Amino acid sequence: MPLARLQTQDDFDGWRAAARSLALANIPAEQVSWQVGDDVGDLFAGVTETAIPPAPADAAFSVSRIFVDLAETAILHADPERFALLYTMLLRLRAQPGLIDDQADPQRRRIEEMAKSVRRDIHKMRAFVRFRELVEDDGTPRFVAWFEPEHHIVRANAGFFARRFTTMRWSILTPEATIHWDGDTLTEGPAAIKADAPDGDPIEEVWKTYYASTFNPARLKTGTMIKEMPKKYWKNMPETALVPGLIAGAQNRESRMIDTARAAPGGNAQMALDALREEAAGCKRCPLWKPATQTVFGEGPADAKLLFIGEQPGDQEDLAGRPFVGPAGQLFDRAMAEAGVDRAQAYVSNAVKHFKFEPRGKRRIHSKPNGGEIEACRWWIEQEREIVKPAVTVALGATAAQSLLGKVVTISRTRGSPIALADGSEGWVTVHPSFLLRIPEEDRRAEEYARFVEDLRRVWDRVGALSG
Amino acid sequence: MAQIDLRDKLAILADAAKYDASCASSGTAKRSSAGKKDGIGSTEGMGICHAYAPDGRCISLLKILLTNSCIFDCHYCINRKSSNVRRARFTAKEVVDLTLSFYRRNYIEGLFLSSGIIASSDYTMEQLVEVARSLREDHGFRGYIHLKTIPDADPQLLEAAGKHADRLSINVELPTVAGLTRLAPEKSATRIEGAMAGLRSSIEDGRDAKKKYRSAPGFAPAGQSTQMIVGADAATDRDIVGRASTLYDRYALRRVYYSAFSPIPDASDVLPLKRPPLMREHRLYQSDWMMRFYGYGPNEVAAAADPATGMLPLDIDPKMAWALRFRDAFPVDVNRAPREALLRVPGLGVKAVDGIITARKWRRLRLEDVARLSRSIAKLRPFLIAEDWRPVALSDRADPVPVVTPKREQLELFAA
Repeated sequence: MPLARLQTQDDFDGWRAAARSLALANIPAEQVSWQVGDDVGDLFAGVTETAIPPAPADAAFSVSRIFVDLAETAILHADPERFALLYTMLLRLRAQPGLIDDQADPQRRRIEEMAKSVRRDIHKMRAFVRFRELVEDDGTPRFVAWFEPEHHIVRANAGFFARRFTTMRWSILTPEATIHWDGDTLTEGPAAIKADAPDGDPIEEVWKTYYASTFNPARLKTGTMIKEMPKKYWKNMPETALVPGLIAGAQNRESRMIDTARAAPGGNAQMALDALREEAAGCKRCPLWKPATQTVFGEGPADAKLLFIGEQPGDQEDLAGRPFVGPAGQLFDRAMAEAGVDRAQAYVSNAVKHFKFEPRGKRRIHSKPNGGEIEACRWWIEQEREIVKPAVTVALGATAAQSLLGKVVTISRTRGSPIALADGSEGWVTVHPSFLLRIPEEDRRAEEYARFVEDLRRVWDRVGALSG
Repeated sequence: MAQIDLRDKLAILADAAKYDASCASSGTAKRSSAGKKDGIGSTEGMGICHAYAPDGRCISLLKILLTNSCIFDCHYCINRKSSNVRRARFTAKEVVDLTLSFYRRNYIEGLFLSSGIIASSDYTMEQLVEVARSLREDHGFRGYIHLKTIPDADPQLLEAAGKHADRLSINVELPTVAGLTRLAPEKSATRIEGAMAGLRSSIEDGRDAKKKYRSAPGFAPAGQSTQMIVGADAATDRDIVGRASTLYDRYALRRVYYSAFSPIPDASDVLPLKRPPLMREHRLYQSDWMMRFYGYGPNEVAAAADPATGMLPLDIDPKMAWALRFRDAFPVDVNRAPREALLRVPGLGVKAVDGIITARKWRRLRLEDVARLSRSIAKLRPFLIAEDWRPVALSDRADPVPVVTPKREQLELFAA
């Protein structure tokens, strides 16, 4: 059985010469055994070795450059089958040169995957080698790293470090080989163990400080981190010791930031609200801005304990630029007065901030906002609620309830009991005052009005209870 | 200010710089120290990420501020004048030494230096330029340097910055002018964009000069980039995509970075406390890729957004969203379709498409061939025709979304 002997694990030239001779002698891939160095593997113990017949001096054949480049990389892979696999591919390409284009060929794919894994390992070595400084006997510094690559890439990768750290003396130790640079030449040494490398460097503490500080605890994406920095590399990277602590502390740090901000507001809520109103004036988040006259933003004290959300501005609000000034607004004012709610202490706003209407002759007829418009406008009401931080928020009508709760609810089922909101405050749902205006029967209208006033009274009590 | 040691300063000034998402160290001129007697460093085109933090961001450069003192009061910024954070300031020499000692240990590709505005724009810019100058001229540093540029600084200082730095950047900060007015009242969109236009012409002049004379001094060979904060103003994804595309065209930017707004300590009331889902930032980056590598126009990307809300879906990627909205464009025949059409198949990347195009010269491709060239054939199947495969026409199905939508729900780690 022909035995192809290679000098080292990454002996591409040796493989190339052997493969050429074997191919010229028409020796099928399954008859060749490949061996690195002088070790006789158990696998071939007892197999009679035969030498590779030398190729005739003038014999040659060519193979696509694409394959040569691919093989040069793939040969660095740790898989012991790589030599045979590449030789098999070489024979197939010799028979059918066009096969080089068949990127979907399973064998080609396998070799591509090997080359990809090698390239990644090369890249990760360039990224994750960590030098530690020591002082040599002659007083000059040397930078030494211990690294455990996945594939046989150390020799192939030495040039990168020589081009970058040319003026330093350095050594990279690995379980397979060591490479040393003295400022002029690269030399190789035998395999090393971790204990051969220095066990620390004072600068590592500074680096860890940087690593911990550049991490943003408000965003955790550990999956991405592990995908790009696989755990197998962690043991030789000093900063990774901090990872578990940083992850554990992250959630706390973020919620503490938010709690602090909630508990001790910056004191510029009024300014924040003014700035927000200013920005909202130019809102084009949904198409309703086009026909409407202007954005109708919320109104009321920036520290209101009670916040009302209506549906959307009507004809009069659209012209005036203020919420709740039309007929429904007047009814609302009356009901609040009867319920004993101090209007001056309430913040009133709308779920949708532009007037949506159908033109009918000279009149503009109110038209109900759809889910998309409510969703687009939710951004504003959420910002208003974040700034005002009311103890109680009351949604007037179905549109407002949808905006506040993020889902469609029926008024009759949600009315009359408190709803815990995500920010810890309390939500209530009742009817919109315009609903009262639309009831034709007088007695039913009076009945519903009384119910509405009762709802307002109840939420005002809750405001009192909650803000103690 | 009390004397504080270097590590304390680093903690403060790295913390203060981390809200800038940019980390690239790629795409600059190739430099090597081979054969050189002094100096240190190299750049070989491809950037290297030397570590990753648990926030999923890569650490390629030493990203710090020279000082976090600032005369501006931008609400989203942790370093704004009215914030109570501890203040610190590095000397130019401290930054230079720190950069070199990290670089020698192979922790970083180089430096990304920014600063709060102290005294004046010119003074601040001068300090930044001095660090870059010292690294290049006093220490022969050939690694990567990214300098943040102060829009109002003297053009001569910007020239000097471009001479030493690989990349310059000016942040537009927010996608809308209204947002900038609200959150960064002292900044002006006009001045920011004016400065970006100035950089564009310097970068292009530098490149032209370099073509004529190899010895001509280059100007920021890795070009300019910018960043906008997502989720702090009212901009929808559609607005953001449109804005990014205008910026790419107008200022020949290398990159537009998106940074999902995240709560900062000692926040101003003007800011929302809630952050947008991180997935939103991810979807915007995907839309950026669609424009840069997949041949979609900005209007096409915008068409992938929900028509009512202008937001890209969070549960599926924008390329898939586009495909589901424009079902007539599919299925695409892997054995015949032009490259542009293949690039629009959800789940087919640029490499897979190139592989298909080379391979089909050789033979007709079957579904299993495409499977070998791509990651997920299940995602692809409804959108393509292969030698042995023809999907049920997408438009014939009542609702094909469940077939391609991942069942797994994206869990919000910190749902408020």
